[in-house]
Amino acid sequence: MNLRRRYLRDRIMVAFVYLGTLVVLLPLGFILVHVFLSGVGALNWDFFTKPPAPPGEPGGGMLPAIVGTFVIDLMALAMGGALGLGGGVLMAEYPEHPLNRPLRLVANVLGGVPAILMGLFAFVVVVLPMGGFSAFSGSVALAVLMIPIIMRATEEVLRMLPWELREAGLALGLPRWRVTLSLVLPAAKGGIVTGLLLALARAAGEAAPLLFTAFGNSFLSFDPLGPMDSLPLKIYVYAISPYEDWIRQAWGAALLLVLLLMVTNYLARRAVRR
Amino acid sequence: MKARLYGKLGDALFTALLVALALGVLGVAGLLAWELWVGGAPAFRAFGFWGFTLSSEWNAVSERFGAWPFLIGTVVTSAAALILAFFPSLAAAIVVAEYAPRRLGEVVAYLIDLLAALPSVVYGLWGIFVLVPLVRDHVEQPLFLWSAEHAPALMGLLGPPTGIGMFSAVLVLALMILPYASSLARDAIRLVPREQREAMYALGATRWEVVRRVVLPYARGGIFAGVVLALARAIGETMAVTMLIGNSGQLPYSVFGPAATMASVIANEFTEAEGELHLASLLAVGFLLLLLSLAVNLIADFILRRMSVGEGRK
Repeated sequence: MNLRRRYLRDRIMVAFVYLGTLVVLLPLGFILVHVFLSGVGALNWDFFTKPPAPPGEPGGGMLPAIVGTFVIDLMALAMGGALGLGGGVLMAEYPEHPLNRPLRLVANVLGGVPAILMGLFAFVVVVLPMGGFSAFSGSVALAVLMIPIIMRATEEVLRMLPWELREAGLALGLPRWRVTLSLVLPAAKGGIVTGLLLALARAAGEAAPLLFTAFGNSFLSFDPLGPMDSLPLKIYVYAISPYEDWIRQAWGAALLLVLLLMVTNYLARRAVRR
Repeated sequence: MKARLYGKLGDALFTALLVALALGVLGVAGLLAWELWVGGAPAFRAFGFWGFTLSSEWNAVSERFGAWPFLIGTVVTSAAALILAFFPSLAAAIVVAEYAPRRLGEVVAYLIDLLAALPSVVYGLWGIFVLVPLVRDHVEQPLFLWSAEHAPALMGLLGPPTGIGMFSAVLVLALMILPYASSLARDAIRLVPREQREAMYALGATRWEVVRRVVLPYARGGIFAGVVLALARAIGETMAVTMLIGNSGQLPYSVFGPAATMASVIANEFTEAEGELHLASLLAVGFLLLLLSLAVNLIADFILRRMSVGEGRK
């Protein structure tokens, strides 16, 4: 009797946990399908090659936003990558260094800071002194977002390498910096690239830090010191606009952004396997 | 001699470079907190720290500012989203780590990771054009009409059934933290040693009893820390909430009515802020948001260390 009740409870719980999983996956599946179905119609030649039409007029495209996304994100990756890699290598290769304790704390804490605060930070530190919105300030905000991700990923990858690798190098008489540059970093290349790409994917989807830094720009611009557009920003602006054609293009931009992020995530997974 | 120079000098230069970069990281983090504090200082000076934090008046015309409505909005929406998300995300984690056959588990885990990578604006876009009409027509209006007929006292609590407001924002927020909370819980469950499960099976336990008596207690530190980290994520979530919550800092809030969070008021008003005090007040709200998210992250860290079984994670 008791046994039967225990079996029954076991079965019921199986149903419950699978039901819970369905609750997680179903709405999220709907979102993906909906983004695809609504966005695919907006992706045409004009979408990729034309600047936006004036408000209310149909037509136009996303060229400035697409270009801007790449410019802003790559500048951010250059800055965030340098600082994050430096911090990560110091934590993993020089465990005795006194800066490691505060560095580890910062890696933890900075990862939990809301993205919009990076935007406020870049506004105060870059936009105000330079006297205007700029792509560069947006990159600074995104770089701060990337730093803790890159730092933690780098440290983790380097720590997984066996100490014997370093010892072999040192036994050959190599100085420590050569060991790090010629043995450790090449061996960890795949994992480091994965960390960089994941940080890039994370930052590329963010609109909040760009609202009052890169600001947005309806014209094609390559000037890092002027305002620049980006896909997440454009999605936000178009989504809350009253124009039907803009809303249609917002779905297209959302689909394009999701596809770009999926490709980046896929490349990140591949890099670690090699 | 030359080799020695090569080693000594190279080492010195290389460490100097690494230290410079590390100091850059530390400098950025310190500067972030410092600039928000300095930027918000005029508001704290004008109203007092507690006066600003606890005052519920936010008026750009009369230049009276207080962060209380946004603080309440942030705490209420994130806590509600977390309550909604807790059991489904735990269930999904249990399925992936314990119940599902290997292949199915991998697919589900992959999907959940994919969904965690979806940008906030995409959730917001979907929320505005799919969720809001759905919720308005099939949940809010029927409930409102019902309460108008049978329980007029409830109407004030429910608020205007427009679809844009706290209820929709909480739903989307819950969806957004589901995959994140779930993947953290999954990692915690995977750390449970196999021997623990096998010992329980050897005693004749059913699968659910193994999960309930061994896996969940063993992984509780990681699971709760993950929950608190998901809460931190919800607190800082900006775009989707801004697009759905209606952005009104008028207390008292109602269930369906518009509200505002700390992140949403910054996103919504910052570019339009005129007057030094308005800008300073928004920066001060940012500083309070920083304090809140730091506190929540430290709590997560504490839980992970205190509640973990055995040595825990490093």
